[in-house]
Amino acid sequence: MTYTFNNYLQNIMAKIHGAITVDDKRCKGCDLCVVACPVDVLALQPKEVNDRGYHFAYMANPEKCIGCGSCALVCPDACIEVYRVVEQ
Amino acid sequence: MNIQDIIKPENKTYNRPRLLLDVNTHYCPGCSHGVVHKLIAEVIDEMGLEDTAVGVAPVGCAVFAYNYIDIDWVEAAHGRAPAIATAISRLNPGNVVFTYQGDGDLAAIGTAETIHAANRGENIVIVFINNAIYGMTGGQMAPTTLLGQKTATTPYGRQADLNGYPIKISDILAGLDGTCYVTRQSVHTPAAVRKAKSALKKAFQNALDKRGTSVVEVVSTCNSGWKLTPAQSNEWMVENMFVKYPLGDLKNV
Repeated sequence: MTYTFNNYLQNIMAKIHGAITVDDKRCKGCDLCVVACPVDVLALQPKEVNDRGYHFAYMANPEKCIGCGSCALVCPDACIEVYRVVEQ
Repeated sequence: MNIQDIIKPENKTYNRPRLLLDVNTHYCPGCSHGVVHKLIAEVIDEMGLEDTAVGVAPVGCAVFAYNYIDIDWVEAAHGRAPAIATAISRLNPGNVVFTYQGDGDLAAIGTAETIHAANRGENIVIVFINNAIYGMTGGQMAPTTLLGQKTATTPYGRQADLNGYPIKISDILAGLDGTCYVTRQSVHTPAAVRKAKSALKKAFQNALDKRGTSVVEVVSTCNSGWKLTPAQSNEWMVENMFVKYPLGDLKNV
């Protein structure tokens, strides 16, 4: 089997693990982080709301996260913190 | 790998800027003001200007900016932020002074102050949030409103014969000799946010080096005023606003 660029990418990506925390009291459920995420990790809570009645964001597919920080960059309320581990 | 093993302090790559105070902003969900506040807090922290930076807050949605970033602030009368910033920067040359203004503040009632402060080449940074509408008062037409754009006071769309043409104030400021850096940025994607941050950093560095007036226009959204969701208003901005207000450096000397 030939070793393509996609294989290379998959091997690299498999070693990168990310996670985020959302300050759900501060989140206003604006959906911008969900749109910005390149790997479809995030979603808004379908039913649950916070104290101010907003459907806050959460990690719907946590195993996909690569910790790129796109969601945190576009978050207007600065309620996302990003963690990342790269396996050696 | 377990999520508890990833969420540890040593693995943190992005956290809330230190200078943002621990309060909830009054902005609508998805408002670009929050992103720009975050960038200003990051830039001031990274450049070590916490004790010397003075912000001048406008009248408009950002009127409570002094509640959100932990530096010194002055609240100016409507449109007069560049005049106040002139006084502060001349009387206290050691301070780095910036104004934070919207389009109703900077391009309508404060046009004279803005143009003359820039023409004098005051060593200040002007952060200009252009969302083409008066957000705080309920979505009326602003001078920057696009032709055909529906607002509370132009319910059939802005017409050139009745309401005039949208003003490109940054292009006017770029033509003045006093400005050293005029740029137009946006904060709708992660890449744009990074670019806007480096533009802000450059503008603050110009103010530190006393090179003249720097203007950073941020083309932003007002999803409440435009009656769209935050994601839709970003798309509307890319399709319509960027045609009239193309991104990029207008002047960089």
